[in-house]
Amino acid sequence: MIDKKEVQHIASLARLNLKEEELEKYQKELSSILEYVETLEQVDVEGVEPTSHPGGLDSVFRIDEVKNREESLSKKLIDLAPNKEKGYLKVKSILKKSK
Amino acid sequence: MEIKELTISLIREGLIKKEFSTVELTKSFLERIDKEDKEISSYLFVLPELAILQAKKVDEMIFEKKELPILAGVPCAIKDNMMIKGEKCTAASKILENYSAPYSATVVEKLEKEGAIFLGKTNLDEFAMGSSTENSAFKITKNPHDKTRVPGGSSGGSAAAVAADLAVFSLGSDTGGSIRLPASFCGVAGLKPTYGAVSRYGLIAFASSLDQIGPFAKTVEDIETVFKVISGKDPMDSTSVPFQYNQSKINIKGMKIGVPKEYFVEGMEKEVEEAVKSAIKKYEDMGAEIKEISLPNTKYALPAYYIISPSEASANLARFDGIRYGFSAENADSLLDVYLKSKGEGFGPEVRRRIMIGTYALSSGYYDAYYLKAQKVRTLVKEDFKKAFEKVDVLMTPASPTLPFKIGEKADDPLSMYLSDIYTVSVNLAGLPAIVLPVGESNGLPIGLQIIGKPFEENIILQTAKIYG
Repeated sequence: MIDKKEVQHIASLARLNLKEEELEKYQKELSSILEYVETLEQVDVEGVEPTSHPGGLDSVFRIDEVKNREESLSKKLIDLAPNKEKGYLKVKSILKKSK
Repeated sequence: MEIKELTISLIREGLIKKEFSTVELTKSFLERIDKEDKEISSYLFVLPELAILQAKKVDEMIFEKKELPILAGVPCAIKDNMMIKGEKCTAASKILENYSAPYSATVVEKLEKEGAIFLGKTNLDEFAMGSSTENSAFKITKNPHDKTRVPGGSSGGSAAAVAADLAVFSLGSDTGGSIRLPASFCGVAGLKPTYGAVSRYGLIAFASSLDQIGPFAKTVEDIETVFKVISGKDPMDSTSVPFQYNQSKINIKGMKIGVPKEYFVEGMEKEVEEAVKSAIKKYEDMGAEIKEISLPNTKYALPAYYIISPSEASANLARFDGIRYGFSAENADSLLDVYLKSKGEGFGPEVRRRIMIGTYALSSGYYDAYYLKAQKVRTLVKEDFKKAFEKVDVLMTPASPTLPFKIGEKADDPLSMYLSDIYTVSVNLAGLPAIVLPVGESNGLPIGLQIIGKPFEENIILQTAKIYG
């Protein structure tokens, strides 16, 4: 069983705001799921290579070049942002203003 | 012409013989959706304007006596995690409730080029995470065969739309069984192609080393036609491979069919076991050789899947940060606060659960024990199949251990929901193609047979499925 503090730690790593009652719910649910996946402890994987991709592809390279996409696409992409100004995305301040 | 009986080739024939126009056909589907889908809720939203516009274009081609493309005038439905330019695309999540697709998915472009008509976008578990379509933020899709039961998930809307004759075919996506489980529950055919056979450009990513797009239809012939259209290399998806579908003939006499013994174990419902075994017996009667084989790591596939898929999901879904698109919490007072509140309020419970499992498995101190271990088990699962395919041509298994379950039955127990995927996840871990087709029923509830093939041998499993009659 993982403890509540650990659930809170995972949630903050994942940038998820959780309410107090959710912490308790997830503590139970995550514990039972983790307990289930821990059946993998029974498997002997000595000398086995990990598989990250079913086809066995490694890195795929392409030429880094500007492609001609429709001109309005970049505007459309920017327009999807909740906060923007003059064609830029706008975010909240990262550094606190000195008072 | 009855809507229920329509297939791709019958529509083509009807249009060429001028028995009906594309606009008439499209309107009758839209009217049917308007009437029948209130109870089933397979569609999240319909696209009447787009559909009629596309239909008019096909009618013009007919009028001008142009050669008709393969899917001309065929009304279809698209799972709402694939983008149609200019239309909403929600992934059944509050976080994308007002998102408008800036471009079309490659599969959507390919269907459009071949003249298909897009009736609407279908319901799914939020971000394709689930086995019942109950995790949608917007509505619960019902199984057309019994409206108190789930259609399976996550592509439940796409399967239900075809089963209820609200589309001729549809597209779904399959990360751990999301095409095959709903196909089985709704009594339609569904194909999960080989990893790399179909481009995922424009599909909202869930777990990138597992996701594949595939079709649902009532006949294997229609599945084949749609697969032929959507497959192939796409420069916009570097995991897609040069692949051209070629129909092939198979000889059922002497064909070797493997039946993995680990798939017929305790916990499976008796009706399912009987129907699947009698379907396999039919192949034997036609002259196939049935061989019991072993996939010894089968029981580790599901736990490995439930480490790998949430890990990839936690990375993929990091992009929904309230900055670039989608829901952004308004009451936030710092950048960190925007992230915390947008994700916390925007994602539903199952998505948050999986993000946390994935974050945990990838976090410092746990990576080797969980993620790396699961990737090594993945190798073992893949090798099991490789060895089996040295002895047999295809594998036959059930698609689900149970009949479609009741709405709400597993909603409060995530782990019991995860166990629905027990017969489907191995195929994704190994990147194999698999088709599910209806082979029986119990009290009106459908039962599906899963046929698994070697990589890029869709032609073999499709021909094998066609023979079943």
